Amino acid sequence: MGDALLELRGVRAGYGGIEVVHGVDLVVERGQVFGVLGPNGAGKTTLMKVAAALHPPTAGDVIVAGRRVNGATPDQLARAGLCLVPEGRGIFPNLSVRENLWMNTYAGASMADVEAAAYAQFPRLKDRRNQTAGTLSGGEQQMLALARAVATRPAVLLLDELSMGLAPQLVEHLYDAVVAIARQGVSILVVEQFAKTVLGAASQAAIMVGGRIVKVGTPAELEDELSAAYLGGH
Amino acid sequence: MQLLWTYIVSGLTTAAIYAIAATGLVLTYTTTGVFNFAHGGVGMMAAFTYWQMRFGWHWPAPVALVLVLFVLAPLFGALLELVMMRRLDGTSDTTKLVVTLALMLATIGAATWIWNPNEARPIRKFWENSVVTVFGVRLPWHQVIALILAAVVAVALRLLLTRVRLGVAMRACVDDRALASLNGARQSRVAMASWAIGTSLAALAGILIAPTLNLSQLPLTLLIINAYAAAMIGRLRSLPMTFVGAIILGVSTDLLKGYADRISSWTSIDSKFLSGFYQSWPIVVLFLVLLLLPQNRLRSHTATRNREYIVKPTWPGTGLFVGIIVGGAIMLSYVLPKADLFSLNKMWGLGIIGLSMIPLVGYSGHISLCQLSLAGVGMVVMHHMGAHGNPIALVWAAVVAGIVGFIVALPSLRLSGIYLALSTAAFAVLMDRWIFVLPKWKLFGYSFDLFNGGNLNIVKTRLFGMRLTGYRSFFVFASVAFALVVMVVVLIRRSTYGQRLIALKDSPAACATLCMNPKITRLSVFTISAAIAGFGGAIYGQAMQSVTPQSLDFVAGLSILMVMVIGGLTSPGAALFMGMFLGSPFVANVAGKVVPSFSQLQTVLVGLVGIGLGKNPNGFIPSDIRPNWNIFLKHRAALGAVLVAFVGLWILRRADVFDNWVFAWCCLGLLALAPVVLRIITKEPFPPRREPGAEVPKLSVPVDQLGLTGPVSDEDARTLDQMLALPSVSG
Ligand SMILES: Nc1ncnc2c1ncn2[C@@H]1O[C@H](COP(=O)(O)OP(=O)(O)O)[C@@H](O)[C@H]1O
Ligand SMILES: [Mg+2]
Repeated sequence: MGDALLELRGVRAGYGGIEVVHGVDLVVERGQVFGVLGPNGAGKTTLMKVAAALHPPTAGDVIVAGRRVNGATPDQLARAGLCLVPEGRGIFPNLSVRENLWMNTYAGASMADVEAAAYAQFPRLKDRRNQTAGTLSGGEQQMLALARAVATRPAVLLLDELSMGLAPQLVEHLYDAVVAIARQGVSILVVEQFAKTVLGAASQAAIMVGGRIVKVGTPAELEDELSAAYLGGH
Repeated sequence: MQLLWTYIVSGLTTAAIYAIAATGLVLTYTTTGVFNFAHGGVGMMAAFTYWQMRFGWHWPAPVALVLVLFVLAPLFGALLELVMMRRLDGTSDTTKLVVTLALMLATIGAATWIWNPNEARPIRKFWENSVVTVFGVRLPWHQVIALILAAVVAVALRLLLTRVRLGVAMRACVDDRALASLNGARQSRVAMASWAIGTSLAALAGILIAPTLNLSQLPLTLLIINAYAAAMIGRLRSLPMTFVGAIILGVSTDLLKGYADRISSWTSIDSKFLSGFYQSWPIVVLFLVLLLLPQNRLRSHTATRNREYIVKPTWPGTGLFVGIIVGGAIMLSYVLPKADLFSLNKMWGLGIIGLSMIPLVGYSGHISLCQLSLAGVGMVVMHHMGAHGNPIALVWAAVVAGIVGFIVALPSLRLSGIYLALSTAAFAVLMDRWIFVLPKWKLFGYSFDLFNGGNLNIVKTRLFGMRLTGYRSFFVFASVAFALVVMVVVLIRRSTYGQRLIALKDSPAACATLCMNPKITRLSVFTISAAIAGFGGAIYGQAMQSVTPQSLDFVAGLSILMVMVIGGLTSPGAALFMGMFLGSPFVANVAGKVVPSFSQLQTVLVGLVGIGLGKNPNGFIPSDIRPNWNIFLKHRAALGAVLVAFVGLWILRRADVFDNWVFAWCCLGLLALAPVVLRIITKEPFPPRREPGAEVPKLSVPVDQLGLTGPVSDEDARTLDQMLALPSVSG
């Protein structure tokens, strides 16, 4: 398992004494797209927050590139090359597109590089660079959020419900970008509630229900399990 | 026309200073979510420091300026962030507010302590005698500089916030702090930078505004607080709107002052009635802005876990407490010398004013900064109606103060948190700057002289045909009054009404869905606590005999609140503690031997302890004293023994076996040791220490799985009790 870039071992987490993630183990290898599927309330977002140090685990370890990073702060992890695009729109609505991109330079890249990389992947953003990000369309906002992943070249990318509230065509376009990012050697963990899109992009997938991973396999293997999981079979 | 123009231009220069102060406030609030009440106090400190360097030590002005504005002030701001503000993350709005209020108190106390307020400290304006003519108006250079600096601040901030990554990160934090840190921005650095800049701006405003009045702690602080109105017009969010607010505020203030004579002749109100109003005009604007601006509530950084809890007192415990108070007062009145007893009289009235905060601030979480002003209303009533010792005047004091409280609460109904604190502060300042100092006037043929020309004398009440003029009888009477109000407060806490108050504090939204009418509940609790404050004022006034408006000023009220918070805003014991601490000469006497000029230090001390509240917001009575003494409710015999021991000590003292000092030390020793000894004898466990900020005890399994795999263990049951602040059932 020499090339595991992100590893979660026995992670438990909760809110105010109520545990919602009951011991999750996951390994994401270099250049892999790992999809986690699960119904609403499965604890996917919580898991992502734990991985990015936004929320403290009550037990278990988070290991990035072979190093245990429990107790790090989110900004430390971000500068070390871990990038979480959070649920909803991961942008600053009152900042302009340019200023949003400027915030991406904390991870080390220069502003010129960030802009070049972002506009190369999403040319639409270039025309709107002085527009306030809150006034962009939903798809454009998600592109801007993804631009951080493109521009900062993280080692590990975490994507939380990229497709939420977007048209299917747009979602496919975004997932093309995700695959392109993975080809550059980035390890990607992506969680989704609805199956189709992510299974097309992922090389490995898991199903999460009620705070536990109930099945791990290739996308093809999981397709059959899905209906059972969503109907509450577990 | 020329005159109008003159006032507008000079108003603009006032506006410039307000703008500088207000932008600092807005900057820290938006980026960190803490409304820094102490902004005025910090600016005042800076002005004094500048005076010390420039005129005290005769350093060159540029050196002093650079040192204060670019070194000391930013360092102080960064330090504040580091040691105080950072810990406030995840606490309730009330705690944040109390901590910054405590900081304000500490700065005022420290400045009074360092710089004797009775000395005159002239502070010269920049280029004092030079004047330039702008648009036909002769402007002193000092004002021109203020204008230029405001413009520089505006441009510099604009550049910082759009052209510098740190500034953009500040704005990013306003939008989404978590996301900013996901980007790799260091939260702490951004917050420190904004505190440093905010403090520097406060310092600049303080230095610019100081020469317009004599350097004096409280007025200077209040003058900077005037700028809060401008920040409110900017809704604590928009810097351009804050500048607009400052212009409205500054120009209207100067126009009012300039046209004071004409206004008087139009309205045929003598200007001496209005001068207090003009002086408080910015506060009036603040009040109006709070009431009128739509309150689409700002992003509230809500508490992740509420660390505050409210204990429910029992009747036997209350009976004991009340009995000890009255009994102790009777016993004390026979051993204390007359002079001591006389000055100690104040503690009961102060205590009742403190009790008035318990239902309002403690149970329902509305910070009110005007309880002492309401007490002042009670004093005024007492002066006018109780001139012949009529005891009914006490009732009227409560009724009138209640009505005033109702009227204050009515427009403030939709305000909460900092907005409510600001509006009640505005009311308090308005009362002691304008209403209480109003000269005599005539209306409809009646003559009114509210504050008796600045000095109320209050006559002691008659009761059952008996005049309470004897120092001993009044002391006991006041202690009974205090005990009665304690019972009222306990009654409120134990009633469904009290439960409703607490529920409303915990979740206003949930209460609305339960068909409670939050407005009526709020109005009523305001009224009740105002009535208690008025009653307390009537008793306090009798103890003081002659009252000046200065003794009712804003800082005095703030000290009361702060000591209450330190004791624990939900327990009547805190009111007793507060009364003793602020109302008795002993603390000052004892400490005065160790530290000279203790009375100022007392304010500093209160402020500093208040600042520590960020860690343990409950106060020491509910979290330390009460758990220690609870054991006596179970062992009645031991309780009897302790009481007998007290009486024994008292008898020995009466027999002059020892003096009052020994008596006091023995009593204190008994108080401290009794619970420990009893625990050792009965082998009861000591209460678990509630370490401030310590982790809440953990259950062995998550709470939703408790009892699924087997019976709930004793350990878990105890932990649950503790988490829910219930009396232990397993012990
Ligand atoms: N801030 C929070 N406080 C308390 N409970 C929360 C919080 N966030 C999420 N939860 C609870 O945790 C569970 C998992 O939520 P989440 O991780 O958001 O699930 P998902 O992303 O899979 O929909 C849910 O039951 C939710 O109610
Ligand atoms: Mg989610």
